[in-house]
Amino acid sequence: MQLLLHIGRYFLLIKDTFSKPERLSLYWKRTVEEMDLLGVKSLGIVALLSVFMGAVITIQTSSNIDAAWIPSYVVGFTARQSTILEFSPTIISLILAGKVGSNIAAEIGSMRVKEQIDALDIMGVNSAGYLILPKIVASMLMNPFLVMISMFLSIFGGWLAGVGTGIVSSVDYIYGIQFDFDPYTVTYALIKTVVFAFIIATVASYQGYYTRGGTREVGISSTRAVVYSNVVILIANYALTQLLLL
Amino acid sequence: MIEVQGLYKRFGELQVLTDISARFEKGKVNQIIGMSGSGKSVLAKCMVGLHKPEEGKVLYEGKSFHDMDRDAMRSIRQEIGMLFQGSALFDSLTVLENVMFPLSMFAKMSRSEMEDRAHVCLERVNIINKDELFPAQISGGMQKRVGIARAIAMNPKYLFVDEPNSGLDPQTSIVIDELIKEITEEFDTTTIVITHDMNSVMETGENIVFIHKGRNAWSGTRDQLLRSDNQELNDFIFAGSLMRQVRDSLKGKD
Repeated sequence: MQLLLHIGRYFLLIKDTFSKPERLSLYWKRTVEEMDLLGVKSLGIVALLSVFMGAVITIQTSSNIDAAWIPSYVVGFTARQSTILEFSPTIISLILAGKVGSNIAAEIGSMRVKEQIDALDIMGVNSAGYLILPKIVASMLMNPFLVMISMFLSIFGGWLAGVGTGIVSSVDYIYGIQFDFDPYTVTYALIKTVVFAFIIATVASYQGYYTRGGTREVGISSTRAVVYSNVVILIANYALTQLLLL
Repeated sequence: MIEVQGLYKRFGELQVLTDISARFEKGKVNQIIGMSGSGKSVLAKCMVGLHKPEEGKVLYEGKSFHDMDRDAMRSIRQEIGMLFQGSALFDSLTVLENVMFPLSMFAKMSRSEMEDRAHVCLERVNIINKDELFPAQISGGMQKRVGIARAIAMNPKYLFVDEPNSGLDPQTSIVIDELIKEITEEFDTTTIVITHDMNSVMETGENIVFIHKGRNAWSGTRDQLLRSDNQELNDFIFAGSLMRQVRDSLKGKD
């Protein structure tokens, strides 16, 4: 029963979020600010994770290939496929759910407990639209860029680790990452990323918007935002994979 | 004028407001008084639409607020200014930006016109040269005054003030009370102050509604308040020794 209540309230909040903005220019200004806060400021962690993720994929793939008949370019091929299909879109989205999701829930939750959202409502501002819409738009615009950067850096990290440790030659690795490339895999990854961005922004905003109590409850909302958006991302990942790849 | 008719509000099993009716007059400082937990803040939140009552009506100039569609409700809200107990200033905006916020949302003004209007409002509440400071960098009393400046930025017809003196020293409380009274006269607003501070009641209260255990237990003027024989009201207003001395001196005069 509680689950149905939350699902119903979530969709009502989304409906309010997408109602007509009072002043478009102000919403756009906020969107640009959110693009910086949620996107640009996440670049460092995404870059760091991606390089090491690619390096680990390369080393693990190489260590699991024992048969002499398997060509060494398979290491590059596997690194590319794993990165594009799963690691960059899904793992980076899960990481962003932790970083960005908790940030969104804490910000909106604090505004709720300090009556700032009530103040917006009383002024006649659509508080859901004003606070949440820029975050959704910013996430859906920025996350695909972050994931594309992650793809590049992860494959580059794989090359660094592979060539650096001597487990694969540069020529073989580069041949592997080009071998049998299907551009649709990138489209699939970006579609997933956009959906995950929507999930992160809306689930976290929902948790923040309906915070009741004080600072302790803001913390609880933040934690819930991360946990629930991770769960929804994993379910959506399965559904999208079945829908787009089969 | 705002009128409340037969208002009921409950949260789960807890009945918070029962059959509240009251009139709040234009150009006057109307006060809702009562003990903590009596339901006065819930009443104010029902009046501005933050809570939806189970029964009853809130009439703004005769129009039922909760029966309006969303757009009509928003346009009434644009005529409401509210000062919250904790000021509710936006943390990430400066003092000037906080006051400009409602203007930037709804007023058709250029940036410089908005700044001018915000400066007029800030000067009205005696906040000068604090434009670039953030709410966390100014005192509680200043935050209240900036909150008032933001509330009056759009020339509101209705001004709601929730516990204006909470957390303030007596001198600052008097400054805030006087400011509310002056602004009510100047802007001819229907002002509704929610308070349990008897000094504030005696300083500014003109039309007073006493809420006790979620019911409208008494209403009247400041003079009637001191001479009322309502036991619940007397228990509330004469709880402090200062007010008891006022009552005794009045009895002496009579």
